[in-house]
Amino acid sequence: MPEREDLLTAYRRCGGDEGALADAETPHLLALGHAILSMREVSGLEVQTSVADDGITAEVVLHEDVRLNRPLHLCFGVLHAEGMQRITMRIHLKKHASAQIVAHCVFPEARKVQHIMNAMIELEAGAEMRYAETHFHGPYGGIEVLPKAMVRLGDRARYSADFTLLEGRVGALGLDYEVTAGAESIAELSARIFGHGRDVIALREKVVLNGENARGLIKTRIALEGEASAEVTGITEGNAAGARGHVDCTEVVRDKAIAKAVPIVHVTHPLAKVTHEAAIGSVDKKQLETLMAHGLSPEEAVDMIVKGILR
Amino acid sequence: MSSDTLPDAANASIPDTMTSEGSVWSLSDNQHGATWMLELKNLSFRAGDRRILDGCSLGVGQQEIHALLGTNGVGKSTLAYIIMGCEGYRPDSGDILFAGKVINELGISDRARLGITMTWQEPVRFEGISVRDYVSLRNPSCDAGSYLRLVGLDPDRYLCRMVDRCLSGGERKRIELASALALHPRFVVLDEPDSGIDMLSFNDIVLVIRQFRDHGASVLLITHRPELALMADRASQLCGGRIVVTGTPQDVTDFFLAKNCAVCAEVVCDA
Repeated sequence: MPEREDLLTAYRRCGGDEGALADAETPHLLALGHAILSMREVSGLEVQTSVADDGITAEVVLHEDVRLNRPLHLCFGVLHAEGMQRITMRIHLKKHASAQIVAHCVFPEARKVQHIMNAMIELEAGAEMRYAETHFHGPYGGIEVLPKAMVRLGDRARYSADFTLLEGRVGALGLDYEVTAGAESIAELSARIFGHGRDVIALREKVVLNGENARGLIKTRIALEGEASAEVTGITEGNAAGARGHVDCTEVVRDKAIAKAVPIVHVTHPLAKVTHEAAIGSVDKKQLETLMAHGLSPEEAVDMIVKGILR
Repeated sequence: MSSDTLPDAANASIPDTMTSEGSVWSLSDNQHGATWMLELKNLSFRAGDRRILDGCSLGVGQQEIHALLGTNGVGKSTLAYIIMGCEGYRPDSGDILFAGKVINELGISDRARLGITMTWQEPVRFEGISVRDYVSLRNPSCDAGSYLRLVGLDPDRYLCRMVDRCLSGGERKRIELASALALHPRFVVLDEPDSGIDMLSFNDIVLVIRQFRDHGASVLLITHRPELALMADRASQLCGGRIVVTGTPQDVTDFFLAKNCAVCAEVVCDA
C-alpha cells in the first residue's frame, strides 16, 4: 500500500519508531486523511474506529488494572499539499489502568491542509496516562491545526501531555486543552513550539483543580523568529483544600516576532494555592555572554539557548 | 609559586614588594621591565553619572595568580566585565592589552578565542543544557567528568543534570569553575569564586584556582576575603576607581584590613 509507505516515511522523518508499528506486541493506529491504514490491539486494550466522509472516530478503552507494557503508537497525517483530517477520539482508562501514548502527526507537504482533533479523555481513579504528541508540518506553513482535548481525572489519577512542534513550519495552530482534576490527582501539560515565518500560534491550556490536594502544572516553551506570533493563555483554578497549581511560560522572540502570555490564576478555596511566572523577551543577555565567554559566537550561543529552552 | 620563579613569563619580572608614588600605592611594572599576560593601562569607565574606574592600571604576569581585593561596590566586577568585553562595558579611555596587544575593540567571543574567560559571581542558569554539555562546550570530546572531580563533584551524580535552577548556588558555582577549567584558558577572571560555597569546601576552591595556573593560565582572582587572597602570588587593592596598592598578598591584605587606603580619604568609598 503506497500511502502506508509514504506515511511511514514521513513518520520516520519526525522521529517515529517504525519498528514499533511492525511489532506484534505493540498497539498502534495509523490514519491517513479519513482512512484507517492499520490498527493493532493488545490484551486489555480495545480500539474501535469508524470512518465517515467528514472524519474518523476512534475509541480507545484500557481495562481496569491493565498496564500497557509498550506505548500505544498513533500516527495521523495528510501527505498531499491539500487536504483535511478530522479526528474525534475518546480515550478511557479504567481504574488503575496505565498507558503511554505516543502520537505523531505528519503533514510534510502541507500548503492548504486542515487538521482538527477533538479528544475526550477520561482517567478513572488511580489511572495513569502519559501522552506525547509530536508534529511535523513541512516547510510551507500552509496548514491549520486545531487540537482540542477535554480531560477528566478521577481521584489519584495522573495525566501528563507533551505537545512538540519544533521541526518545519507551524502554520496556524490553535491548541485548546482543558483538564479537570479530582482529589490527589496530578495534571501536567507542556508544550514546546518553534515558530518561523508568519506562523500564528494560539494556545489555551487550562487546569481546574477541583479535588483536594490536586496538583497542576502548565509549562510552555515557545521560540519565535521572523514574523511569527504567539499568544499563550495558561489558566489554573484552585477550588479545593490543598490544591496546588503553577503556570510557567517562557517565550523567546527574535527578529519581528511577537509574543504574548496571559497567565490566569483563579482560587476559590482559602487553602488552595496557584502561582504563575511568565518570561517573554529576547535571549537573556547574561546567558548569551556566559556562553560567548566560553568561545561560542553570538549565533551559536543563541542557538544553544533556544534549543535548551525547547528541549 | 613565588613571584621570582615564574617560568616562561616573556621576560616578566613580577614586582614582589609594594611600591608607592606619593601618598598612593601604585603598580610599577615599567620600572621593573615587566611584560604582562594582561595589562590594564589607565582605564576609566563611567556608568551614568557614576565614575567607576578612574585611571586604573594593573598587570598580571604569565601563570600568575593575582588577587584583586576591594570592598563591596568598589568596581571589581565591573573591571571583570571590562576585561571580558561584555556589552556596555567598553572603557571610556585607557587600554586593555592581552599578550602585548590592545584588545579594546574585540567582542566577548573574540576575546574568548584568544584564551580569555571568566566565571561570574552569580553564574546564570540554563534550561535544557546538561552539565555534561556545558562543561564540554568547546570540546565535546573532553572528559567532562574529570573536570567535575577537580571541583569536588561526583560525575555520576551531576553529568546528566541540567544547569538549571535545580542546582544550588554552590553546585552551580563549582560547575562554572569546571567549565572554565575545561576551556584551558590562558587568562581567567574568577569573580568571587568562593561566594556561595560552604566554608568546609574552602580548601577545594583554593586547589581549583591552583589548577588553572597548573594548566598554564594566569588568574585574576576577585575577592573581598583576605584569606582567599593569601593564596595568590601577588595582590592589589581597588579603591576609588584605581589600584591603590600592589604587592605580596600578606602586605596587601594587611593594608586592606587596616583600611590604610589614602584614596578612601578623598573619594566616596564603601569601606
